[in-house]
Amino acid sequence: MAPEPPLLTMSGITKSFPGVRALDGVDLDVQAGEVHCLLGQNGAGKSTLIKVLSGAHQPDGGTITWRGETVVLRSPIAAMRLGIATIYQELDLVEGLSVAENVHLGHEPTAAGFVVRGKAARASTAALLKRLGHPEIDPARLVGELSAAQQQIVSMARALSHDVRLIVMDEPSAALDPDEVDNLFRIVGDLTADGVAVVYISHRLEEIRRIGDRVTVLKDGRAVAGGLPAKSTPTREVVALMTGRNVEYVFPDRPPSPVSPAGAPPVLEVRGLAREGEFEPFDLDVRPGEIVGLAGLVGSGRSEILETIYGARKPTAGQVIVDGRQLRTGSVRAAVRAGLGLAPEERKAQALLMLESVTRNVSVSSMSRFSRGGWIDRGAEHRAARAATRELSLRPDNTSVPVRTLSGGNQQKAVLARWLLRGCKVLLLDEPTRGVDVGARAELYAVVRRLADEGLAVLLVSSEVPEVLGLADRVLVLREGRVVHTAPARELDEHRVLDLVMEGSPVATEGSPAS
Amino acid sequence: MTQPVSPPRGGPDKVTPVSEPPAWRALVFRADVRTLSLLGVLAALIVIGGITKPDEFLDTRNLQLVLTQASVIGVVTVGMTFVITSGGIDLSVGAIVALASVWATTVATQEYGFGGILFTAVIVGVGCGLVNGLLIAYGGMVPFIATLAMLASARGLALQITDGSTQVVTVEGILDLGERDAYVLGIPPLVLVFAVVTIIGWLLLNRTTFGRRTVAVGGNAEAARLAGIDVRRQRLYLYLLSGLCCGIAAFLLIVLSGSGQNTNGNLYELDAIAAAIIGGTLLSGGRGTITGSVLGVLIFTTITNIFALNNLQSDVQQIAKGAIIVAAVLVQRRTASTT
Repeated sequence: MAPEPPLLTMSGITKSFPGVRALDGVDLDVQAGEVHCLLGQNGAGKSTLIKVLSGAHQPDGGTITWRGETVVLRSPIAAMRLGIATIYQELDLVEGLSVAENVHLGHEPTAAGFVVRGKAARASTAALLKRLGHPEIDPARLVGELSAAQQQIVSMARALSHDVRLIVMDEPSAALDPDEVDNLFRIVGDLTADGVAVVYISHRLEEIRRIGDRVTVLKDGRAVAGGLPAKSTPTREVVALMTGRNVEYVFPDRPPSPVSPAGAPPVLEVRGLAREGEFEPFDLDVRPGEIVGLAGLVGSGRSEILETIYGARKPTAGQVIVDGRQLRTGSVRAAVRAGLGLAPEERKAQALLMLESVTRNVSVSSMSRFSRGGWIDRGAEHRAARAATRELSLRPDNTSVPVRTLSGGNQQKAVLARWLLRGCKVLLLDEPTRGVDVGARAELYAVVRRLADEGLAVLLVSSEVPEVLGLADRVLVLREGRVVHTAPARELDEHRVLDLVMEGSPVATEGSPAS
Repeated sequence: MTQPVSPPRGGPDKVTPVSEPPAWRALVFRADVRTLSLLGVLAALIVIGGITKPDEFLDTRNLQLVLTQASVIGVVTVGMTFVITSGGIDLSVGAIVALASVWATTVATQEYGFGGILFTAVIVGVGCGLVNGLLIAYGGMVPFIATLAMLASARGLALQITDGSTQVVTVEGILDLGERDAYVLGIPPLVLVFAVVTIIGWLLLNRTTFGRRTVAVGGNAEAARLAGIDVRRQRLYLYLLSGLCCGIAAFLLIVLSGSGQNTNGNLYELDAIAAAIIGGTLLSGGRGTITGSVLGVLIFTTITNIFALNNLQSDVQQIAKGAIIVAAVLVQRRTASTT
């Protein structure tokens, strides 16, 4: 590295959200002209860190030094004025404006202070696009008409339209085809040759090896390793850094032998189910009493698979069979009637009626049981909801309280109670412990295992590999919409699963490739 | 099996335990702060009316008039409350009332007498609601746009039917309903209809699966869908309900005025929305109160009456209404954030 002081130094950055300490004293230093990669599992704190760096979040503690001076990044505009630009994974472009208008949004070239000089804007945009290797994008076109890859170029052009010295790229390759990735790397190379620093976030180790100079690994809100050489650090070491946990997970024991014999008919059968652009055809059986886990990174198609089985998305191929009967695909009501229940990833947005009581949240899927001719027997409803929540030891033991006053773990129990009350046969769990604090997780795991022991079939999705390995009996490993490996959970460990989800093919260890 | 015990989180100390009391107690005792404050405003208005015009305002006939006027817009507001609770909006209510009132009072319809008029008014209302509901629930149109289009079309059709003239009702049975002889214990029949609609609306919203689904769809449509509720069908039913209420209101208006006019129901949509909002129904959906809506209607009608008795022009009334809406919402925001 150059002997000069770092372009950017972040030291001791802390940031807490209600119930979560997202950053717990992170250090990061970035040199001019380098590609500094950030690695870490989901929830390690990468997104929070870059939001602090881009001025979108204010840190609770720590200092940021920019070109030798301590700075406070009060807003994204403040960061941009200093020369820090961020390209988010979810692009923040205005689809109804043209390319040139997006690139110059907020700093339009003007005449007399307010008349936008459209021609000048288009000309400078065209120059930027040319520099980025995409002269074919017309600055006058609406951004909404462009492809995802082209929009990303526009986003980059916007970053470069400022006098930028540091660009943060959050998983920029996730939406790109291989040759578009090559172009991206060429751009990154050009930028660094000009002395611009790039903070690059990716799950793909091979990319980090190709373009990275140094790597900082985040885990549980801390930088566990700072500035490792990107090209020479062994994969094993990187993976070990990402996984070694402080957090103890307490998992219930698996039953000594499978609850239902392997020959028992599966309650859920998935045959050749696929959704174009999201996940490729795959088969899956889940038997009563069995917990099957889907492991994979964000974007690997995990949630999409669950939602498609549940009928919330319509598959492009394949079928879902429950108890031997084929489901009408793309119908949530058919799935619920057949005995499926979903605890979705975004509890508040997708499952809970936040203004309503626990009782009403629990009873919403079973209303016909407490009603005659549409008239609700509120006493029966209340007793049934109470019985279901007691079964799961939901706290407080009062179902009249608004569901929004419950903790994350108890809100999740309210969702589980909903399906328990409904008497569902297959429970689909999408990130069941997201937003649930560590102590309450163990209790939730025990609940899920007990429900399985009582004969429920469970399909579990989680981005936390230890969770899948600890809870599931059998695991399907997903990478970019493809099942790359299937094995009993006992035969897998965290390293191996991470190798699989990041590198794709089974690495040079024993084990059979995926079906 | 390991059974790790974690301390209960968000324990009972953080929440206010509420037991589920029987229905009648919910009605009487659990009247929340909002309802009580609305009652307070109404009481204050009655005091003001009594002080400024003691003879005219507290006169039985005047009170009967106030309640009668409240009945027409009140029935519309009950339907509107359901739609808003579900996260929707119905801008077409006034126009539907106009269309239903003129369609039900054409010479041809009047030949079928009392039943023909009532039936036509209701069917036209439900029909318009059906169109709204289909466009919104199954056509994927935004409620604001679909009902705005209905507003324009229904008004246009009403004008076409009447050609701008007032259609006088000649059916005796209808006219009799408006006479004092028809009053039950001093209560005009129109007010009784309003009372019945209110009670049915309250029960429907608070005691039936229909009401629950309405609240669920308005509170979180995605969660409702994933919980297995047929969100689209529910939306269709809600606009049908609103249309039905408009049909009933149109009939009341025919009885009240003894005629059908294409200018009927002017700005009812704004009055109904305003009454529902000051009553405490959330414009964003997920919470609705029939009690609050009815109190909102009574407050507005009383203000209008007091202003008229005091010879204040309608421009002053409009300004006062606007101020009340702003004040009510600001007060509700404050109480919402402190509870």
